[in-house]
Amino acid sequence: MQWETVIGLEVHVQLATRSKIFSGASTAFGAEPNTQACAVDLGLPGVLPVLNEQAVAMAVQFGLAVHADIAEVSVFDRKNYFYPDLPKGYQTSQMYHPIVGPGDVEITLEDGSTKRIRIHHAHLEEDAGKSLHEDFHGMTGIDLNRAGTPLLEIVSEPDMRNAKEAAAYLKAIHSIVTYLGISDGNMAEGSMRCDVNVSVRPQGQEAFGTRAEIKNVNSFRFVERAIAFEVERQIELIEDGGSVVQETRLFDPDRDETRSMRTKEEANDYRYFPCPDLLPVVLDQAYLDHLREQLPELPADKRERFQNELGLSAYDANVISASRDMAEFFEAVHSECGDAKQAANWVQGELSGALNRESLSIANSPISARQLGELISRVLDDTINGKAAKEVFQALWNGQGESADEVIDAKGLKQVTDTGAIEAMIDQVIADSPAQVAQYRDSEPEKRGKMIGYFVGQVMKASRGTANPQQVNGLLKEKLDALL
Amino acid sequence: MYEKTLTQLVAALKSGEFSSRELTAHYLQRIEKADGKLNSFISVTAEQALKQAEIADNERVAGNARPLAGIPLALKDIFCTLGVKTSCGSKMLDNFIAPYNATVVEKLNAAGTISLGKTNMDEFAMGSSTENSYYGPVKNPWDLTAVPGGSSGGSAAAVAAGLVPAAMGTDTGGSIRQPAAFCGITGLKPTYGRVSRFGIIAYASSLDQAGPMARSAEDCAHLLGVIAGYDGRDSTSVARGVPDYVEGLNAPLSGLKIGLPKEYFGDGLDPEVEKAVREAVKVYQSLGATVREVSLPHTHYAIPAYYVIAPAEASSNLSRYDGVRFGHRCDNPSDLIDLYTRSRAEGFGEEVKRRILIGTHTLSEGFFDAYYTKAQQVRRLIRQDFLDAFEDVDVLMGPASPTPAFDLGAKKDPVSMYLQDIYTIAVNLAGIPGISVPAGFVGSRPVGLQILGTHFAEAQLLNVAHQFQQATDWHLQRPAFAEEYA
Repeated sequence: MQWETVIGLEVHVQLATRSKIFSGASTAFGAEPNTQACAVDLGLPGVLPVLNEQAVAMAVQFGLAVHADIAEVSVFDRKNYFYPDLPKGYQTSQMYHPIVGPGDVEITLEDGSTKRIRIHHAHLEEDAGKSLHEDFHGMTGIDLNRAGTPLLEIVSEPDMRNAKEAAAYLKAIHSIVTYLGISDGNMAEGSMRCDVNVSVRPQGQEAFGTRAEIKNVNSFRFVERAIAFEVERQIELIEDGGSVVQETRLFDPDRDETRSMRTKEEANDYRYFPCPDLLPVVLDQAYLDHLREQLPELPADKRERFQNELGLSAYDANVISASRDMAEFFEAVHSECGDAKQAANWVQGELSGALNRESLSIANSPISARQLGELISRVLDDTINGKAAKEVFQALWNGQGESADEVIDAKGLKQVTDTGAIEAMIDQVIADSPAQVAQYRDSEPEKRGKMIGYFVGQVMKASRGTANPQQVNGLLKEKLDALL
Repeated sequence: MYEKTLTQLVAALKSGEFSSRELTAHYLQRIEKADGKLNSFISVTAEQALKQAEIADNERVAGNARPLAGIPLALKDIFCTLGVKTSCGSKMLDNFIAPYNATVVEKLNAAGTISLGKTNMDEFAMGSSTENSYYGPVKNPWDLTAVPGGSSGGSAAAVAAGLVPAAMGTDTGGSIRQPAAFCGITGLKPTYGRVSRFGIIAYASSLDQAGPMARSAEDCAHLLGVIAGYDGRDSTSVARGVPDYVEGLNAPLSGLKIGLPKEYFGDGLDPEVEKAVREAVKVYQSLGATVREVSLPHTHYAIPAYYVIAPAEASSNLSRYDGVRFGHRCDNPSDLIDLYTRSRAEGFGEEVKRRILIGTHTLSEGFFDAYYTKAQQVRRLIRQDFLDAFEDVDVLMGPASPTPAFDLGAKKDPVSMYLQDIYTIAVNLAGIPGISVPAGFVGSRPVGLQILGTHFAEAQLLNVAHQFQQATDWHLQRPAFAEEYA
């Protein structure tokens, strides 16, 4: 039987507010345990929450970026359950009236095609603390620094049909939130985590199969692997005559498998009810307009513009627009050199390669967009050839010079385009290579094209790489053919 | 000194009749002598109080005394007080020293008042008799075999016995007004949102409100002016100016339109209480007020609605007492579930457990709409009843409680205890203010007249109450118990 996979994602994004969603404590990552938890975060008797307006603004910006309806009135609810890292015994969330209503996101697949994934809603909530099971023999340590960090939970419709689409969706969300600057999107530090709902159904069947929810998958790669395992597990189960039970599962990246955490019967009854300590959030049109005006150009718009106005390929446009830092670097390079295609090649080729080798982000690139743009300009105006350009790039990367021109001068890499000078070098090479000249002369005409490479190499060597390769080629051919 | 009202004490301190240190020592001495019989205090902070009194006296000498500088008060043990045990009447918090001050406490400190200590109360403010305290029941100074009412019974008894000139209480379903009535003092529950709830240990967040309990409406006016106002730390507090409550006390009442809700004079009302209340209304008529009967048709739904909403909120508010971070923790828990179940089973009393169970049930899947959603609908109807009534009349009057103080141990069935709050509970559901003023006695036990106004009508309530107290002297009467310790 042919099976179809159905996937929906719940993405939890930590918002980059300075303080927590309901208290004034800092949200910075990595502090000593429990040093960034105030009375409100600890859930001490008598404390009350006060909503952080910045978290609301960020949620609204996300909503606007995914073309969603923004709720005029949204309400915080309490989700009640006991857990040691949940200080109040409830999580303040939005169950019935979330701040962001239905919207959609366009994802780009590897073949360059696009697909629209609908967003069911997104809501604000507070993060819990962390339970630390290592370091405490037979006990659990509780770190409440993370408790109260604002989260935006983005819930998709079950619109994805394979692991690649799910990963592409997650990347699209990542790129939107980082473009907006509402999250650092750092998956390793837990700034973005995701729960994956997976089910399978026979191809052509309309009703959904029973789904399993895989909790807390925290990398793009793990999302793909978790789904791959889960789909296989479910299909095998059904084909062996069993049936999928609705349950929560955990992905174990070390074993590359998902394991049951709790079944529907064991599920909590969260007893949601409106939080009486917080007023409904009421947003007016002027506020929404104000935030809309502040939206940056978003990845989808940039992608389209790079493709349509700058003539980049769909692939290049997609890769470069995926990260706001890369897109802005590219645009700065482009505005310096004026050639989008070259700018794209250099940013994705030489620069990305060097950054990857040294595990640097583009924001920390040792070579600036201006330096790279100028370097490309020197190639375009024939000041240097491609080989020399790579040398200049390396020199700038290593900090050996402020600008491309400075490096070119210092290293004497300026291209020789003076015909007389090139001819003199050619004549010398021909004179020094009688055997090769004879061989060239005796060859079949169609093989001579290949043999010319030897002479070009010798001339370039003689010029220490600075001769213009096209000129060398042309002149050599003329001179050798004259000897026939 | 103890026989003076707070207003008189302010004047006496100002004129130098005695110092705050003398005054404070006087009350501390009375507490020491008398409270063994009343049990109205959980903690007495004598040393701290005397230190503060000295500061107030120095201020007075320096000529920069704050308005209520050197006035001793007591705080219901539900207000978090920095460095002082704040138990909420519960074993669960018997070991809890609050690391911060409630906004009300901050404001009282800023006004120069002195806290003598923390008063006894029903555990987590759940009760109408102060019999539900981990620290034992409080006795009514008018009759030591009677309850003082609850849940702010410690505050009411202490003020009535002259152990302190005034005290702070909280009122979720009548917990200021009913004990004020039972103990023959004046107690005001402000409009929901008038006083910050920050630092007040939550029972039912949408209903809880703090207010003053004192000898007179004038005393309450002084204190409300200090504690009222918007607080950025409480989102439900209301950004609205605080009027000068004292200034308006003497406005004449001619033309005042009084409504008597017929539902407040029906079955279950003690005839002698009714008689006292009707006498009080006559006093108002003699002051130029007109009286008419009105109806609050949804009154009989108030108790059921309250006992869905309040326990629902409480079940969630009390989840933080889990033995993990503060409060009671059981010995040698075998695992997490054992830690939770035993810490909570040991730390909470019967009534608290009962309400947590009720609230957990009404919020659970399949019951939520039938209980919680329905109760919220009823709540809106009850609120509308009041708003409709206030279209026609300025204030509503009736008894604060259907009976005078009952005997200790008399109400064994929880529902009969819940019915005690029949006249007070709807007021919290509607969010309007109410005040109880002494209006006579049934035997030796006081009767309270309850006066209700529309949202933010505290100034009017205080004015109406004060005028009554200008025409009567019920509020000046003292139990014999108070005189014994003169």
